[in-house]
Amino acid sequence: MKPRTLFDKVWDQHVIHQEPDQPAILYIDLHLVHEVTSPQAFEGLRLNGRKVRRPELTVATMDHNVPTTDRSLPVTDPVSAKQMETLAENCREFGVPLYDLHNPQQGIVHVIGPELGLTLPGKTIVCGDSHTSTHGAFGALAFGIGTSEVEHVLATQCLQQSKPKTMEVHIKGKLGPGVTAKDVILAVIAKIGTDGATGTVIEYTGEAIRNMSMEERMTVCNMSIEAGARAGMVAPDETTFAYLEGRPYAPKGEAFEEAKKAWRQLRTDEGAAYDFRVELDAADIAPQVTWGTSPGMGVSVTDRVPHPESFPSATEQKSVKRALEYMGLEPGTPITDIHVDRVFIGSCTNSRIEDLRAAAQVVKNRRVSPNVKAMVVPGSQQVKRQAEAEGLDRIFRDAGFEWREAGCSMCLAMNADILEPGERCASTSNRNFEGRQGRGGRTHLVSPMMAAAAAIEGHFVDVRKWNLTD
Amino acid sequence: MQPMRQHTGRVTPLDRANVDTDQIIPKQFLKRIERTGFGQYLFYNWRFDEQGNPDPDFELNQDAYKDGSILLAGSNFGCGSSREHAPWALLDYGFRVIIAPSFADIFYNNCFKNGILPVKLPEETVRTLFARIESGETVDLTVDLEACRIDDGNGFSVSFEVDPYRRHCLLEGLDDTAVTLQQEDRIAKYEANRPAYYRIHPEPVK
Ligand code: SF4
Repeated sequence: MKPRTLFDKVWDQHVIHQEPDQPAILYIDLHLVHEVTSPQAFEGLRLNGRKVRRPELTVATMDHNVPTTDRSLPVTDPVSAKQMETLAENCREFGVPLYDLHNPQQGIVHVIGPELGLTLPGKTIVCGDSHTSTHGAFGALAFGIGTSEVEHVLATQCLQQSKPKTMEVHIKGKLGPGVTAKDVILAVIAKIGTDGATGTVIEYTGEAIRNMSMEERMTVCNMSIEAGARAGMVAPDETTFAYLEGRPYAPKGEAFEEAKKAWRQLRTDEGAAYDFRVELDAADIAPQVTWGTSPGMGVSVTDRVPHPESFPSATEQKSVKRALEYMGLEPGTPITDIHVDRVFIGSCTNSRIEDLRAAAQVVKNRRVSPNVKAMVVPGSQQVKRQAEAEGLDRIFRDAGFEWREAGCSMCLAMNADILEPGERCASTSNRNFEGRQGRGGRTHLVSPMMAAAAAIEGHFVDVRKWNLTD
Repeated sequence: MQPMRQHTGRVTPLDRANVDTDQIIPKQFLKRIERTGFGQYLFYNWRFDEQGNPDPDFELNQDAYKDGSILLAGSNFGCGSSREHAPWALLDYGFRVIIAPSFADIFYNNCFKNGILPVKLPEETVRTLFARIESGETVDLTVDLEACRIDDGNGFSVSFEVDPYRRHCLLEGLDDTAVTLQQEDRIAKYEANRPAYYRIHPEPVK
């Protein structure tokens, strides 16, 4: 048999039918649903008199709109409340399990899927959310879809898809101390651009990826979409299996052993060809900070804000100029001279327990700068409980951080957590688009350690220079 | 879905690259639970200032373009969030065709599902059109999906490529859920053979 890539294998296993010159009909193993992109899909089912084909393969949560303040109080925004209530009604009507606001497992959809063991190697996973690519860290084929496709999957448990191309992103060598998975993916996007992987599924390979924990792999895969990719994948290995063992929905006992046997085959064969290939040396990657309004506009913390003239094409120069104007930055400014007003640690990119541990390590026995308002929003209620059990909440609170309930929060600022016009934020989220965190708000994407250090100093610092041995 | 064969309309220029779906429809308008009524919020943060007054410099607010139904944009249009509210807003506002050198995948796909035709044209061709508009010309185009051709009835004529199946669905206004449901036998057979370890809620594997 012709050698195949990891992606080819998962793809081939899910093609139910394919007519020549038509998209494949792909079976979907897990469909995750949230309150913002699903109401119109359920409405579509009702209008056409259709049912949810496999409610047990469909799992819903509330995350985008939820308040991150006291959960015992009613939701004050009536429109958000209505959207959440609509999801609850739809789940009741169609028999879909729901992790609602008061469920102890509630959280950001891409945090709870893996946490519950719903995300498994070799599955196809979709969600009406572009960061579904996160789940690819397990060797699943996971991608974001639009609401029409949500409706299609609800009704058929299938999706019509044309086969994407493949790209290998190889990170060789070892990462230095203070350099994280977030820095790796920001460096990749800065290198290949926000449309560098359009139409492809990325497979991340190399020593640096192999050495990563599952949570770190999730951070990398999460931002694949920011390079334009449909999905990101990492071949499953012992790290993956160890993470999954004992999770509520993961197979148990003999079934788990049988699954592992199958999952060990999910790796790119020797001699299989990718359509594109990119290689980075881990040793060359420094902590990253974005300076612009697209995730590809990033540099190392040791660099300066670039000059528009340093970009080759007129179109690029124009968008760089516009971005700098929006961000209120002068070309040539050292990154470490940029002061911040807010710090946000959270989002499906960086709100898991290891992210909070890394940030807490930086914050410990220090105080948030008096000019900075900082907050931590755990990705799920489970992460929150775990952090509290480890005393991380105390470290953050003692330093002057706010400690919140789980949700998307200021990643997209659909709830009350929002930047004021002109406010500058060091954020561990994934998008620095204009207005993403609030109209006129200025977002710099960084790792949790870099965000924590910026909170303490009031401006960006190279976290590698801190002595973080304890 | 509204089918499309041919569309004639005015071109509205939006000469920016990487226009993301957060710009097309900002998140504060995603709380609605309907598919309609999003046009009024299209490009909201660019169209209106903080007091809600139209910004006269923004292209959609200019008399020459405000009735446009063909949007001409820079590369990587529609990147970012998967929100289908973006094509809903464009359609509701009155756009049926979007021309750009390249599109982000999810957005591109979402357009076809809603009767909007996204057309990829080479960067030079897009530049030529922008240049004509910048020089004060108003450009009207006829986009013919059957012939895969765009012309202005005045000598400008280019062909474009589109996936044959997507073209077919848009020409016919096909409901692709119905198309997939015709494969019921195959789906059921596949499901019967799924390994037990992929079976989840409400009966987690013992
Ligand atoms: S945390 Fe941000 S990026 Fe992730 S799902 Fe929520 S809104 Fe989307």
